[in-house]
Amino acid sequence: MTIKERAQSVVDEFSMFDDWMDKYAYLIELGKELPLIDEKYKNETHLISGCQSRVWLHASYEEEKVSFTADSDAVITKGIISLLIRVLSDSKPSDIVTADLSFIDEIGLKAHLSPTRANGLVSMIKQMQLYARALHIKNS
Amino acid sequence: MALNIDNIRSDFPILSKEVYNKPLIYFDNGATTQKPLQVINRISEYYLNENSNVHRGAHYLSQIATDHFENARKYVAGFINAKSHREVIFTKGTTESINLVASSIKGLIEKDDEIIITAMEHHSNMVPWQQLCINKNAKLRNLSVAGDGSISLSELKDLIGPSTKLIAIAHISNVLGTINPVKEIIEIAHNNGIPVLIDGAQAIAHVNVDVQDLDCDFYAFSAHKAYGPMGIGVLYGKESWLNKLAPYQYGGEMINTVSFNITTFNELPYKFEAGTPDVAGALGMESALRYIDNLGIDNIRSYEDELLEYATNSISKLVGVRVIGTALEKTAVLSFVVDNIHPFDIGTLMNQLGIALRSGNHCAQPLMEHLKITGTLRASFALYNTKDEVDIFVSALEKAINMLS
Repeated sequence: MTIKERAQSVVDEFSMFDDWMDKYAYLIELGKELPLIDEKYKNETHLISGCQSRVWLHASYEEEKVSFTADSDAVITKGIISLLIRVLSDSKPSDIVTADLSFIDEIGLKAHLSPTRANGLVSMIKQMQLYARALHIKNS
Repeated sequence: MALNIDNIRSDFPILSKEVYNKPLIYFDNGATTQKPLQVINRISEYYLNENSNVHRGAHYLSQIATDHFENARKYVAGFINAKSHREVIFTKGTTESINLVASSIKGLIEKDDEIIITAMEHHSNMVPWQQLCINKNAKLRNLSVAGDGSISLSELKDLIGPSTKLIAIAHISNVLGTINPVKEIIEIAHNNGIPVLIDGAQAIAHVNVDVQDLDCDFYAFSAHKAYGPMGIGVLYGKESWLNKLAPYQYGGEMINTVSFNITTFNELPYKFEAGTPDVAGALGMESALRYIDNLGIDNIRSYEDELLEYATNSISKLVGVRVIGTALEKTAVLSFVVDNIHPFDIGTLMNQLGIALRSGNHCAQPLMEHLKITGTLRASFALYNTKDEVDIFVSALEKAINMLS
């Protein structure tokens, strides 16, 4: 599936819930499916700055594709990063950097997060794109 | 006298708002309180009928604006029982009031002098002193906070030494709700010839503040945490101290005469009020303090104490909830953590359920470190909150905990 197709499937899933409490319950479930970061990477280097809860993110590069693993000490944050990873992971760096991420607005996530949390979301996306760009340069 | 909460709530139209289709429950009063119609109307009345610059043009409106502005100052002076209105400086708020003192006292602080604060201070009553100390090669000393959120007077006595030049402490902690024994602290300090600044941000709307009874040298507070507008606050200072301090900013009404080489400064309180003041803000603050006076601060205090006790008992019944700050003397602030659940997760769900709480470190990172927690959730109450709201809050909290565990 392309990033666009994966994003669309997220939008479709979220459209099944009317109530935002149900969407949060779903995000909490998604958090449990998060590809967990290896404990050895849970350090300062992999911490994303700008998040109120702590988020660790790791990127690896194999067969021209970038994969992410992560963890957070907050459950809803885990759900959010899990969503981002589901859409962006296992993709070519150039596709990650140029990805259309309007699905975040479409599911209404940003509007429902407090400003500090929304900033954290932006930081996560930025960090994923930074990793993709760096891995692309390193391997080309 | 019991407060008529229904009448009070009708003075605050914003309280009948809905958020995410749920009735708003506003428990973030420690951050800012809502404003009654009396305050909102006073501000618009000023701009509709009285707006003019104060102390300047000798014309009709300017005279009215000046009279009302100075009457507001006198009302504030009466509210905190200052000896004279000259001791009431209008500032932007608590933070600016503290920065004013920290900046203007610079000339009186020397290398190796010491300033004492506590581990529970808001960044606004910590960083100005830290920076002053860095600047002057002075030392910042830290009074520790016990597990229940209280401080020890005997530890304070041990900290005080011949180099201590100032003690700065919160009247009430914004995180823990602890009411510090400021009167005793001031007495101890004065016995050692040390002035005391009280950060009254969390106190002014909740407990009786009498600066002469306290005998504090400085007292700082904001209007917006006491039902008044944002952007205005007060620095109270004893006249003898204010006369000793250098001006904070230059220009406007604070100037007496200027020549190219020299300027003489205006007398108190104008010496510290550079530029055009927030006249509407001062009038709004006066209305807010009148609102408090009409209800009676002691009535407000006992109502809020009752609410706090009710809320504390209610959330303590929930499994995993731990109240942070259990000092005997506390008011209006209920901080808590839930075992194994991040405060942000709960804050997010509570927000969705229409409940406005604060989550995080509350601008008191050193305190969080001191208590070895990453952050808390904080419900902070005001005179318009009710037990019914507490019930809704507690059941929402229970729901959030269930979803997250």
